[in-house]
Amino acid sequence: MSTDLIDIHAPAIEARGLVKTFGDNEVLKGIDLTVTAGEVVCVIGPSGSGKSTLLRSVNLLEEPTGGKILIEGIDILDEDTDIDRVRTRIGMVFQSFNLFPHLSVLGNLTLAQRRVLKRSKPDAEKVAREMLGRVGLAEKVDAYPGHLSGGQQQRVAIARALCMNPDMMLFDEPTSALDPELVGEVLQVMRSLAEEGMTMLVVTHEMGFAREVGSRLIFMDGGVIVEEGDPRAVLADPQHQRTKDFLSRVL
Amino acid sequence: MAMKRRTRQLIYRLAMYAIFVAVVGWAILATDWPRFSKQFLNPEVAAGLFPDIVTVALVNTLLYTLIGFVGGALLGILLAILKLSSILPFRWFATAWIELFRGLPALLTIFAVAYMLPIGLGIKVPGGPAAQGIIGLVLVASAYMAEVIRAGIQAVPKGQTEASRSLGMSTTKTMFWVVLPQGFRIIIPPLTNEFVLLLKDTSLVYIAGTTIMSRELTTFARDSASATANGTALVVAAALYLIVTIPLTRLAAWLERRLARQR
Repeated sequence: MSTDLIDIHAPAIEARGLVKTFGDNEVLKGIDLTVTAGEVVCVIGPSGSGKSTLLRSVNLLEEPTGGKILIEGIDILDEDTDIDRVRTRIGMVFQSFNLFPHLSVLGNLTLAQRRVLKRSKPDAEKVAREMLGRVGLAEKVDAYPGHLSGGQQQRVAIARALCMNPDMMLFDEPTSALDPELVGEVLQVMRSLAEEGMTMLVVTHEMGFAREVGSRLIFMDGGVIVEEGDPRAVLADPQHQRTKDFLSRVL
Repeated sequence: MAMKRRTRQLIYRLAMYAIFVAVVGWAILATDWPRFSKQFLNPEVAAGLFPDIVTVALVNTLLYTLIGFVGGALLGILLAILKLSSILPFRWFATAWIELFRGLPALLTIFAVAYMLPIGLGIKVPGGPAAQGIIGLVLVASAYMAEVIRAGIQAVPKGQTEASRSLGMSTTKTMFWVVLPQGFRIIIPPLTNEFVLLLKDTSLVYIAGTTIMSRELTTFARDSASATANGTALVVAAALYLIVTIPLTRLAAWLERRLARQR
């Protein structure tokens, strides 16, 4: 099977000429994007620019209309590719957390480990406790999501993704649904992940995070990548008028 | 000077109580008790019903209900998934099934399984009349439950499915581990309703034919009532139905509250 042939020299994520249309609305107009292992790429842009759609195309939550996506060299749009196996290597964190409310924190963290990776119950729980410790919530192992704050829920969601030992993580506006005082704790977890060398693609409005943690910044508008480069450089001295306009509104 | 609102409400409430007591009191006083109890609350007739009314009739009623409920739920889950499928013929099939068995009276569905299938298509459902009646119940229950389950599935936010799929869970695993458990919580009240309706619909199984040992509560009571020319059996049967349904609906309400707290 094609998914067994992992090319370790291939980029983590490679998109070529990615197009996505919803009816008459062309949301992605031929995106080329390469993320190499260990990079932290932040994507910014106005709402409706296609940044979330781009992110969601990487693990095929959105099916692209045209173009190619390679994950570690595997063509995920190939019909023979086992997308479920590829997805275990791509962790995803959502704006609205999406924890499973009917399961405890431990249940959230062990479900896919047991049902997808076929780990034994003790093994899965050991990994779960370890990851929960990493996000600083070891004592919440038996709590239900409804009893946690937004920041805690998002950290549990990050731990849930990490339990699958992914090679890369996608973040879809992970702090946008949080009260301002809870943003910091989530960004702190993301920062330590980045420092440990995790490959990350982050759609965000947190310019401070992008500047300090990001290894590359991408500005999208109208379904295209308008500008990309070193975050400090792009934020301090944008080259395109659209980037300047956007930054002047958000900074 | 108008009465204070609180005084008016008090008088209104007292009047309601008074009317209630008057109606009940009149019913008790106006009843010809000796004649009524001889005909409907006769201890000797009642004693003669036991133990069979419990060990045979009530047990059969519960058995038919349970098989109908479990069978209906399993078929209902399948139909709900077909109805939500992106494949058009699947949706057609589920819609046709649901419209047919929801639209027909349960009595006619049981009749169809017991008599029309064998004569029309040469399909004889094995297991005798009781089994044919139960299959009819399963068909009816599946149609109602499919719609309830579909509503439950659709009430689970899309983000739940996306989170599950992004962890590598297949559509089937996502359905059984993430969507259905959450949908189930939402549909506990309508499912309880369906259980109670089914319990009462078991009284229609007799149309497929009965044997002494396969009679459920209503049929058993009707037979006893005509054999003894006395209505006590019907009253006992009624009491037995309520003894099952009232604790059951209380239990469902408790379960609903408990699961709601967990969220």
